[in-house]
Amino acid sequence: MSKTFETDIVIIGAGPVGLFTVFEAGLIKLKCHLIDSLPIPGGQLAEIYPKKPIYDIPGFPEILAGDLVENLMEQIAPFKPAFTLGEKAEKLTKLDDGRWCVETNTGTKHIAPNVAVAGGLGVFTPRKPQIENINYYEDKGVDYMIKDPEKYRDQRVVISGGGDSALDWSIFLADVAKEVYLVHRRTGFRGALDSVEKVMKLAETGKIKLVTNAEVDELQGTEKLNKVGISIKGDDSKTFIDAEYFIPLFGLKPTLGPIGDWGLALEKDSIVVDTSDYSTNLEGVYAIGDINTYPGKLKLILCGFHEGTLMVQSAFKRIYPDKNLVLKYTTVNGVNGF
Amino acid sequence: MEDAVEIIVVDREGEEHTLEAPTDMNLSLMEVLRLYELPVKATCGGMAMCATCQVYIESEHELPEMGDAEQDMLDEAFFVDDDKSRLGCQIPIKPNLNGLRVTLAPAEEE
Repeated sequence: MSKTFETDIVIIGAGPVGLFTVFEAGLIKLKCHLIDSLPIPGGQLAEIYPKKPIYDIPGFPEILAGDLVENLMEQIAPFKPAFTLGEKAEKLTKLDDGRWCVETNTGTKHIAPNVAVAGGLGVFTPRKPQIENINYYEDKGVDYMIKDPEKYRDQRVVISGGGDSALDWSIFLADVAKEVYLVHRRTGFRGALDSVEKVMKLAETGKIKLVTNAEVDELQGTEKLNKVGISIKGDDSKTFIDAEYFIPLFGLKPTLGPIGDWGLALEKDSIVVDTSDYSTNLEGVYAIGDINTYPGKLKLILCGFHEGTLMVQSAFKRIYPDKNLVLKYTTVNGVNGF
Repeated sequence: MEDAVEIIVVDREGEEHTLEAPTDMNLSLMEVLRLYELPVKATCGGMAMCATCQVYIESEHELPEMGDAEQDMLDEAFFVDDDKSRLGCQIPIKPNLNGLRVTLAPAEEE
């Protein structure tokens, strides 16, 4: 059975802006539930640049992106945010009682009067090599990520890519699969030295078959994938390898994804908002952080913090139309968690 | 204009654009492409982490050497031409780049 959660604000995207919004919501006693397609909170900061210093967070002359995420997690802990991680927000439906339901790709439902889209650059999806018929073979032998390595037991697998995940999975599958080919565009690998050495050792003993200076550019098979075509640089002929699986591992890239089909007013892949409360054209749905746009928009974390702060005030008024909100300072009242 | 260079950009439709790029604003080639609203996504904002600003260098200008981050990214990118590919975000606009000619690399399909 898939789960259903109820809360005050469903936040789509657990990046810095989504996280800080939990704090501002908590101060006015609203509860939040965050959804993120990545398995960890932090969004771009965790996925793209955890070790990069950021210099424009007020009060921090310099802070590593990863540390900022850790600090935010500590800051919002008193307000006990709920998380659905590793699932992609896919459907937005209006319920009969006026509340919204956000459903993920695995069927988890999140119901709340307010939804805040804090999706940043969108949902991180695997980068697909530009091979003509690759979409046809998805679920028929092409996998962009490895969920269950046992699937490849005694199968013939072609991995392509030159980064850490391509190296690490080649090493791992060398003991599982019948044959492992690792195809890379260049001769050298730029992954962790230790992994490169391991791959080279396994290549010497034939447990990994290395094909360098080469690219996979053709897939064949009627029902399922059964042949992978590889072109080697400076060689006009093409090599075909019999294989049941092709696993391209070229990292993740963000795309707007299903959010683009929710009926939100968009401008160049960004959600148009009213800057008085960052509301969208759908009542009760807000957009904050890098995913929104308005005249003068700057895609900065610090602007997203401001947007989330104003947004929760509006969300409060939607839940309690008769209550007046008085701004309380944390210096006066402290932080009273749930 | 003083303190500016001319850069010629061939877009993905083959159309040629001549851009005037200021040299005194600490801009990268990617940022200049964005200023002129050429179709460069610049997803990562200039950290050499997405390759959406990949260009092919078509002239003989002397460019700064590639750093590790740029090499790593081009290693993983698609449509790479080892002799010509660079990331626009890693090329600062300097006076010696007057007349630089680049072609935008194809965009990855979604």
